[in-house]
Amino acid sequence: MTAGPSVTHIEPRVPPPAFGRRDPDARGYFGPYGGRFVPETLVAPVAALEDAYLEARRDPAFTASLTAALRDYVGRPTPLYEAGRLGETFGLRVFLKREDLAHTGAHKINNALGQALLAKRMGKSRIVAETGAGQHGVATATACAWLGLACVVYMGVDDMARQALNVVRMRLLGAEVRAVDAGSRTLKDAINEAMRDWVATVADTHYLLGSVLGPHPYPLMVREFQSVIGEEARAQVVAVTGGLPAAVVASVGGGSNALGLFDAFVADADVRLVGVEAGGEAIVPGRHAARMAGGHVGVLHGTRTLLLQDDHGNVLPTHSVSAGLDYPAIGPEHAWLAEQGRAEYVHVGDAEALEAFQQLGRLEGLLPALESAHAVAALRALSGSLSQGAAVIVGLSGRGDKDVASVERLLAATAGSPGAEDQNVAHR
Amino acid sequence: MSRIADTFARLRAEGRTGLVTYVTAGDPDAARSAVVLQALDRGGADVLEVGVPFSDPLADGPVIQRASERALRQGATLDSTLGLIEGLRASLRAPIVLFTYFNPVFRMGTAAFIDRARAAGVDGVLVLDLPIEESAAWRSALDAGGLDTILLVSPTTSDARLREAGRLGRGFLYGISRLGVTGVRDAVAADAAPLAERMRRLTPLPVALGFGLSRPEHVAAVGRVADAAVVGSAIVAKIAEWADDADLGARIERHVRWLRGVEAA
Repeated sequence: MTAGPSVTHIEPRVPPPAFGRRDPDARGYFGPYGGRFVPETLVAPVAALEDAYLEARRDPAFTASLTAALRDYVGRPTPLYEAGRLGETFGLRVFLKREDLAHTGAHKINNALGQALLAKRMGKSRIVAETGAGQHGVATATACAWLGLACVVYMGVDDMARQALNVVRMRLLGAEVRAVDAGSRTLKDAINEAMRDWVATVADTHYLLGSVLGPHPYPLMVREFQSVIGEEARAQVVAVTGGLPAAVVASVGGGSNALGLFDAFVADADVRLVGVEAGGEAIVPGRHAARMAGGHVGVLHGTRTLLLQDDHGNVLPTHSVSAGLDYPAIGPEHAWLAEQGRAEYVHVGDAEALEAFQQLGRLEGLLPALESAHAVAALRALSGSLSQGAAVIVGLSGRGDKDVASVERLLAATAGSPGAEDQNVAHR
Repeated sequence: MSRIADTFARLRAEGRTGLVTYVTAGDPDAARSAVVLQALDRGGADVLEVGVPFSDPLADGPVIQRASERALRQGATLDSTLGLIEGLRASLRAPIVLFTYFNPVFRMGTAAFIDRARAAGVDGVLVLDLPIEESAAWRSALDAGGLDTILLVSPTTSDARLREAGRLGRGFLYGISRLGVTGVRDAVAADAAPLAERMRRLTPLPVALGFGLSRPEHVAAVGRVADAAVVGSAIVAKIAEWADDADLGARIERHVRWLRGVEAA
């Protein structure tokens, strides 16, 4: 095992996106999950998007322009960093895939640039997007500035409060941020509002969806634009360790960073794929976002997947300390990977995520996004089922600057309440 | 012949423009929702669209979103909506179209839903986010259960798809007269007449146009190109405005007569 910090450096070559590796069926289904459940007005635009995407991914010029942008503008490849001090605490070799070092500070830019280039190719002049943690909104605003596209980002008012830094960033980048004061005032409601905008503006507008959600082709397209994460990580881990890792771990909101990282390893049956959902305060309705723990098959935002809902088919409110994981449905391909037993899903609560956030700062000098902190927090439980010294890749999907103010507030509140060591008590 | 087909045949025979009204079930509460539905029927609505409240009505504008929220706060569900219809059916003249997002009926289960809806006296079902491509099994089940599948078409619907909708739809075809979500607008959209013309030319079904209509002149204008006009948000807004009035029913009834052009404002 490596004792001290080490930075993996291989030739700065950006692998092309893994197009066409695991396509859904012609109607956009991964097994029984996926599809295209949209109002009639969106049927034609979504079909046109599918055609344009399938055509673009066959065009070497499109791939070349995307790859060049990922290298020269985003700064890819991102490092695979062996977190030696963190690894020692678990008896593992822990490798962090450093998406926090990508331009704008999270993996979201990979998809935003891909879709913005596609929108430009389709002749669209305006982009709408939703955002939860604000990272997708920032990435979209960035891509729009870079390509000269008008940009409107919808964001729940609760998320605007807890991710205020990103609201400022989006506005500085020239985007219009529209507050959504409906429903649970979080990511779900921002998607509703972005879709309402798009249905009225389809002629000149592209909806730049930020995760592996929504009607076909979004789950496929977003995963393929994010597949660069896993392509790089696989080559990097092989170069350093001479083999494949025992496990690959990533947090799952909609699930784009996880699928982007998993994608290159799905065919490697011996590599465990571990998705980490938000356990929130407790696994009781309304207090978490662990779809695999409390979800039932349903249809939301254009796709059939596991959904947190009540007995009447209404979507339940969710809770997570992390705005990016605070969403009631999981990407349909995750539901399919789980059903096939190819990927396993665990959940991590608010308190454990906060602890991991601080742990990574103290041991490695890294402040992760609260989303990514969930993946780091899962290592403790996972280490019990891995052999000593096993190699594990953890998706460090984003940096934590946006969360610093929230974390400070939460820690102050926790310190001031009795029974602070018990998350179920501390947050009530 | 279904009650819906009968209605449109009669409208054509009488040379009259039909009025299809939309309200959200359980808004502002179960008792007043029943009062409203009876008032719409008495006022002469030709088809009653009854909306199932849903947590995420992404095809609806703010007026109907707020109606859904009010109804959900009162505990309204798909099940209670069907109960409301069942209790009123015998007293209502107009056919009833259930207007819903897919998840509530999916959660109940297609077979259970169809049994309940038929027993309640529902005549047709319109599912906003279930396009033709996803609904083959659903449409056969509705056909077998004797319920009309009401399909939506839009200005973005191609001619080929429109023909398909004309073949697969039952009762009438609902044309979305403008791109966007539901809501009150000042005038009939420019897209409305060309869409109605295509619907008439390419399909055998009666044509209803909606989205954005709020006044008798809108209804009359739509009547020149279609069999019926759908008014939703404008009525839902009135329900919110008059919710606490003792004469809510009478006011809604007069409002419907005003929309039909048979009573002054």
